[in-house]
Amino acid sequence: MATSSESPVERPLDQAMLVGLGPSKRPSLPTRGPPPVRSSDHEHHGRAERPRLASRRPRFHALAEMAIRVLAFSSIAAIILIFVFIGKEAWPLLHDSVIGREVTLAKMWFAQQWPGYDAPEHIWQPVSEIPKYAAWPLVVGTLKVTLIAMLVAVPLGVGAALFVSQYAGRRLREIVKPTVELLAGVPSVVLGFFALMVMATWLQQVLGLDSRLNALVAGVALSFAIIPVIFTVSEEAFGAVPRSYVEASTALGAARWQTIVRVVMPAAGPGVAAGIALGLGRAVGETMIVLMASGNAAILSSSPADSVRTVSATIAAELAEVVFGGAHYTVLFFLGVLLFGFTLATNLLGEFAIGRMRRRLGGMA
Amino acid sequence: MKGSARTTPWRIRRLGDVALAMGTGLAAVLVLLIVAIILGDVIYNGAPRMTLTFLTQAPREGMTAGGIFPAIFGTVALVVLMTIAVLPAGVATAIYLSEYANPESRVTRLVRVAVNNLAGVPSIVFGLFGLGFFVQFVGVGIDRALYGGQRVFGQPALVWAALTMAVLTLPVVIVATEEALAAVPRELRLASAALGASRLQTIARVVLPQALPGILTGAILAISRGAGEVAPILFTGVAYFLPKLPGSLHDQFMQLGYHVYVLSTQSPDVDATRPILYATVLVLLLLTFALNATAVVVRSKMRRRFAGAVS
Repeated sequence: MATSSESPVERPLDQAMLVGLGPSKRPSLPTRGPPPVRSSDHEHHGRAERPRLASRRPRFHALAEMAIRVLAFSSIAAIILIFVFIGKEAWPLLHDSVIGREVTLAKMWFAQQWPGYDAPEHIWQPVSEIPKYAAWPLVVGTLKVTLIAMLVAVPLGVGAALFVSQYAGRRLREIVKPTVELLAGVPSVVLGFFALMVMATWLQQVLGLDSRLNALVAGVALSFAIIPVIFTVSEEAFGAVPRSYVEASTALGAARWQTIVRVVMPAAGPGVAAGIALGLGRAVGETMIVLMASGNAAILSSSPADSVRTVSATIAAELAEVVFGGAHYTVLFFLGVLLFGFTLATNLLGEFAIGRMRRRLGGMA
Repeated sequence: MKGSARTTPWRIRRLGDVALAMGTGLAAVLVLLIVAIILGDVIYNGAPRMTLTFLTQAPREGMTAGGIFPAIFGTVALVVLMTIAVLPAGVATAIYLSEYANPESRVTRLVRVAVNNLAGVPSIVFGLFGLGFFVQFVGVGIDRALYGGQRVFGQPALVWAALTMAVLTLPVVIVATEEALAAVPRELRLASAALGASRLQTIARVVLPQALPGILTGAILAISRGAGEVAPILFTGVAYFLPKLPGSLHDQFMQLGYHVYVLSTQSPDVDATRPILYATVLVLLLLTFALNATAVVVRSKMRRRFAGAVS
């Protein structure tokens, strides 16, 4: 391959390193020397333009560096564009008079008196003769499913992380960690499929529930998606607690569990909180699992055995069939703004918690 | 409570340790069990149907017979286009953050906050964004400018789904690439600079070649993510059934995850489609796992390479 043309570049570098390194580091060099050359045959191939680079240096350089600087702002641009373009489609809800006849913010959030009902009620029925857009059934449904998911995922995620970082031996750790990574790699549509085909039937048989698809099934399936998030961040937080803390506690005569409960857990607290916040954001925004396993009935109730419809699932299920620019379309984009805002808030909260933990433990390790 | 450790009887100390170890151990075992049950169920029910014809044929008879080739083709086309779009932007951002930017500057922090937040945006919101921005704004704009208002790009299409997915996977590529760049020993950069290379030459000829496995890892993880996500493409280009494979950027396409979703929720005859459904899930799982496993292997190879080097 291109190996022969690479070596003239690699060799001087390695020699330059020899000069730069102190004599004490030298013994490790023979092992370092050859590998880059050997492994370079698979990584350098396709970079045939190398000789040309030098000949066109000035203009090419300026252009490339400009490109790097511009592209570096792609993430900021993406966040702004997401906000602007979802907001743009949701904006008519606040001021458009044609849409206002069908739905307003007040109609979404306050109980309305509908013909045929005895009392004012919150109803989500966008496709009916009189479209009804009450947001509360969806919001409560989302919170219900999220709460169930967190109740399952936090103990399992944090517990497993604590076990791996404090009790597990090396071999056990090398089973648990990759398995959790495996779970993180399972597409959410597969988790939704599993909940729909297998878990729903099991839970119905075991608990004798009326509806096969309900908040409980969706919540438990959703917890599978956020356990890896909580586990990974928590495990890192427990691992970041300085050894000196543990040693000091042990030296004072504390038992292992006392050290863990009173020293390790408080020190890692903000990190664990960050993991939980990230998991929460993920749970609220997760779509495919709840779309497939929740039953999708917009019922305003507190029972976990009832079918629910979440905000994300509503967008996913209804947007494909709405009139572009109509009231229903606008409301769905408004729900998107809500989701976006909520996850942004939980993310910033999580980041803040991680930053706090770093500052608190800073300089101690 | 302070100082009680000294006075706690031995038996209670022992009991507390056992309880905590058992409790947390139980959590770990449950997590392992969940993964084992899901995988076991999918493999057991999906494997019998996984044949070569299943992978190479189109669906027949209302999805109750035949294979899933168009969905595999669509998934691959989607992630290839996505990778072409996301790699330059992601790698450039990482190069900027690790090689050019002052880590303390406000701009750098802003970029980092944006990357972290982008990673947390729900996938369905990306779907809304793809529809609102790519399809309704960019696509309709292209139609107006080039096709005289005729609908060509101004509708859900492969290219818009791929670009939406690229925005979603951008943080994955950035984080992996940055990690790879940070792992390249500083001495290599200094040596290159000492030989008279400019910063860009150092990056292009020394840093990037060394970091390539890490960048590859990022690309693979992004592909794995892109292959599994469904919500972002719901309104930006996916279709349930198409008689033809997508032939151009503005065609719609079939996709494995969406195939699973529709088959499992909207099939008129669940028992008839069940074997096909399980086999499709197995294909999707094998695809994402194979990608993730490759990423893990590439990454550990990279770590081992730098393990002996000075930092």
